[in-house]
Amino acid sequence: MMLSCKETTRLLSQGEDRKLAFGERVALRVHLAICKGCRNVSAQFKFLRLATRNLSRDGTEENIA
Amino acid sequence: MGARYRVSSPLSSSPQTPDFRGQIESLRPYLLRYASLQLRHPEAAEDAVQEALLAALAAGETAFGGRSNLRTWLTGILKHKIVDAIRRQSRERPAREFDPDGESEFDALFDGRGHWQEMPDAWQQPEGALQQKQFLAALEACLAALPERTARVFMMREHLGLETAEICKELDVTATHCWVMLHRARMALRLCLEMNWFKK
Repeated sequence: MMLSCKETTRLLSQGEDRKLAFGERVALRVHLAICKGCRNVSAQFKFLRLATRNLSRDGTEENIA
Repeated sequence: MGARYRVSSPLSSSPQTPDFRGQIESLRPYLLRYASLQLRHPEAAEDAVQEALLAALAAGETAFGGRSNLRTWLTGILKHKIVDAIRRQSRERPAREFDPDGESEFDALFDGRGHWQEMPDAWQQPEGALQQKQFLAALEACLAALPERTARVFMMREHLGLETAEICKELDVTATHCWVMLHRARMALRLCLEMNWFKK
């Protein structure tokens, strides 16, 4: 089954929150191999996690005081 | 410094030095900011911080015992108070009817076959942005623009680092509902940051 980009963003997001099934992982990998836009979104979702964890943590104390 | 302490009588029996109280009190602004990121209502954030500080003082300096950084210890207590507050709020205001397929807000990004209308570009030097106060302010503004419930689920997941199962339990929603809200939050945040920070 070929995933659309829309379905891919949904699976990329869910991949951050649950373990994807084998078939989902294969379909995702096939799609990402051919779609640069979805690869970029994948990196952006991971970056969002990193950035959100950074809010009011060490290193941003000067924002808080 | 003693006059600054807002907490007094219920704690007078707990053994602690004025210095310990002073250190705890000095972290109030940090904790308030932390709570405000999770709980949108300022009073709810104030209450959670107050409860956490009271619990810390009641537990006393011996409970802290210098095991870890004081701020880390207090933040740990505060997380529990935040989850309590979220649980109370979701009991008071139960989830409204929810349509898991209603993702139309992002449909415009895709064509009829579900492919990108406009291919998303890579963000330039995102790691560098993390060091910039202005970027963190932009991220907070984008979070504040999310629907309240969506923002809450996203922050429970990504800021508090809770598992989806815990979030579902606290908010009394299904896992599917949680995943949809998290997906919406991520899609909205990436659009918001793209427009307000990673401009083309």
